Amino acid sequence: MTTEMLEPITEQTYYLNMGPQHPSTHGVLRLFLKLDGEYIIEADPIIGYGHRGHEKMAESHFYEQFLPNSSRMDYLSGLLFNHGYVAAVEKMAGIEVPPRAEYIRVISAELNRISSHLLWFGTYVMDLGGFTPFLYSFDDRENILDILDRISGSRLTYSYCRMGGVAKDIDEEFIRATRSFIQRLRSRWDDYHNLVTKNVIFIHRAKDVGVINRELALRFGCTGPILRAAGVAYDIRRAEPYSVYPELDFEIPTGTQGDALDRYMVRLQEMEQSLRIIEQALDRLPEGPIKAAVPHKVRPPKGDYYFAVESARGALGFYIVSDGTPYPYRLRARVPSFGNLQVLTDVLPGTLVADTISILGSIDIVVPEVDR
Amino acid sequence: MSLEDLREELSKVVEPSAILPRDYEKNGCLLEIRTGADQVVAIAQAARAADFFLESITAADFTNGPQVIYHFNSYGKVSRAQVRVQLSRGDSIPSISNLYDAALWHEREVFDLFGIRFDNHPDLRRILLPEDADFHPLLKDYGKVHAFRGTEEIYDN
Amino acid sequence: MAAGWQSLVNILGPDVARIVVGLVGILALVQVNALFLVWLERKVAAHIQLRIGPKEVGPFGILQTIVDGVKLVSKELITPRHVDRKLFVLAPIAIFLPVLVSFVVIPFSEQLQIRDLNVGLLVIFAFSTFNVLAILMGGWASNNKYSLLGAIRSVAQNVAYEIPLLLTILNVLLWSNSLQMSVIVESQAKVWNVFWMPVAAIVYLICATAETNRAPFDIPEAESELVAGFHTEYSGMRFALFFLAEYSNMLIVAAVATTLFFGGWKSPPFLGFLPVPGLIWFLAKTYVLIFVVMWVRWTFPRLRFDQLMNFCWKIMIPAALLHLIVYAGIIKLIR
Repeated sequence: MTTEMLEPITEQTYYLNMGPQHPSTHGVLRLFLKLDGEYIIEADPIIGYGHRGHEKMAESHFYEQFLPNSSRMDYLSGLLFNHGYVAAVEKMAGIEVPPRAEYIRVISAELNRISSHLLWFGTYVMDLGGFTPFLYSFDDRENILDILDRISGSRLTYSYCRMGGVAKDIDEEFIRATRSFIQRLRSRWDDYHNLVTKNVIFIHRAKDVGVINRELALRFGCTGPILRAAGVAYDIRRAEPYSVYPELDFEIPTGTQGDALDRYMVRLQEMEQSLRIIEQALDRLPEGPIKAAVPHKVRPPKGDYYFAVESARGALGFYIVSDGTPYPYRLRARVPSFGNLQVLTDVLPGTLVADTISILGSIDIVVPEVDR
Repeated sequence: MSLEDLREELSKVVEPSAILPRDYEKNGCLLEIRTGADQVVAIAQAARAADFFLESITAADFTNGPQVIYHFNSYGKVSRAQVRVQLSRGDSIPSISNLYDAALWHEREVFDLFGIRFDNHPDLRRILLPEDADFHPLLKDYGKVHAFRGTEEIYDN
Repeated sequence: MAAGWQSLVNILGPDVARIVVGLVGILALVQVNALFLVWLERKVAAHIQLRIGPKEVGPFGILQTIVDGVKLVSKELITPRHVDRKLFVLAPIAIFLPVLVSFVVIPFSEQLQIRDLNVGLLVIFAFSTFNVLAILMGGWASNNKYSLLGAIRSVAQNVAYEIPLLLTILNVLLWSNSLQMSVIVESQAKVWNVFWMPVAAIVYLICATAETNRAPFDIPEAESELVAGFHTEYSGMRFALFFLAEYSNMLIVAAVATTLFFGGWKSPPFLGFLPVPGLIWFLAKTYVLIFVVMWVRWTFPRLRFDQLMNFCWKIMIPAALLHLIVYAGIIKLIR
């Protein structure tokens, strides 16, 4: 059921503030809405409640010291941010990473992507009122967190990658646990589809809601599952291949319409593709060192560098200006949720307040990465 | 929507000497354009015509003034292009938000962190810092600064 | 006990004594029911969600609700500054009292009915519409946009879903020829109404879920959208009263469904030989229906508000009307 833009009959519009403390805004986001009854006339997302000054911090710490900061920006894809940052510095400094380390990075990054999508899945359906899938997906997510805890020591904000490799090697137990997790998650897809995807109420809440087409995505710089749901098969892992992704075989799921249901289906299929990647990487895992020999403080040559990876939410870019010292001159993190959140100013007007929750949930933003 | 389209569109608005090829392995982008503030809108129009999207707008502070850096990319294969505009302290630069809505927030962030004003921006207010803040944190005369250099020390051309 | 009853009757007179005992009985039933239902809800939710639920306090966590009640009673009653004081204080009372009145006419068994009014069913529905007024009072008086939105939605939803509710009841009335609850139960002596008007029973259950603001119709108190809807600003015992009213409403609605469609206190067709009193059958059926309502809550997400209203006006009401016309014809033929 679509809702079209209504002309307000009266001038009696009112302002409603959703957030910064609100059960569904997933972080400290404030949505300043101008409403007419239940219809939204204007929407203004106000951010900055979580601004911690990571980019300023980067300028007075040397490259290795900034590594923990990178996973705190988007705490749900900590390993993906780690990987992006470390690979950016390595490319600049010309450091070669041993193949075993590359494979380990890919395996752990894809596990992180799955855990981020599982969390999104649970919280999205919970926002819509179905409280149960949240607990099922977190039950699965616990497995991933335990697996990654064994090798990195933390459950959420990892600092696992190092300049030139990774911090600790994986062992047989890790491989066994990952393989059994893959089996277990594959057997859950049916449960999730029966419980949520085929549920007529869920389809009513998600179909034709919050349509973001290619044109809108291009104007706002949206990337990630939003863009792929609009039909554009743009994934950094294929468009600008890095690490060992060129050797692995996986598909890029796309949608057709760009509504919330398409975004939902794209993310579910992405999880399955991530499982494929992990399986192939485990099969091809070579022996060897896990860390190249790098100087104690990395000194990238002078100049600037832009490096992009595909995080769980879209295209993450690190732009580093280096002056030849161990301290970055300027570090900029181009985060996917910045553009993804901004599209709300165009998508929300004309919809109902209840749709706001559905649209916000289906876009999947993490506010700390917007605020940095 | 490939790099060739972009080159073609750009050649209509900037002189060929301003379009510098870059090594993707060394810089992460394929093209760099050095220009002044007056040509930014024309370049953005060229990028729009070539079906490129705006990836990011950022800035960096140097002794000879701040530099605003734009990145454009397309949905096809590797095709990142970088635009660098050198300004002096206190200069303003035209906004490209009428072409790319993404610029609305990116330019607000650059204004917030660096104090660079964008002309014709419909709503230039702070985005990350509180509205009543009176400083621009990422400038090199605020807070703990490790190094303050000129562009000639970092870039060799 | 008979001596105690005799002395009470001597002091007050038989009618008044009966009312007093009845009221005490209702209050006891409502409190114990709320105790039990809150625990049941938490256990049902937990087991559906792969958890265990309360287990520390008492065997199987049965005493959890009592402890929660003590906590709620001991909390400070915060009245925000700019609320409409009279309405703010009146709303929880207004939502709870009418529910108690509805219990007067429910036939728990052949003898256990406080007053067998000959307009029994009408009393129940008349008093259940009070809860709309009370919700609106609470939402408006809270001086909070979220509460107001919740209250407005609730009013629209309740008013809309009453129509198919009453239409389905008309079917039962056509068959029983009376609004008196005991007569309605008697009219199901041969076969329960649910077996030969199942669509009416289903429509009734759906509308009843909507009337009590339970998921998937819990938009007025949608936690994820409106924080807590119309009872956002209430704390302590006032909040507890809203809760109590919701669970008591559930019990009333299930009890009415049992009476109208599932044969009240009568035993199921082939189990009449079991020496089980009517009260046990009545309670068993009622609580099975409540369990189904809870099951639905924890399985389905929530409908959007306009979809909910569309569902009522475009699907429920035509279905109920059609059903009424068809069954009026059938009943005419049978008689």
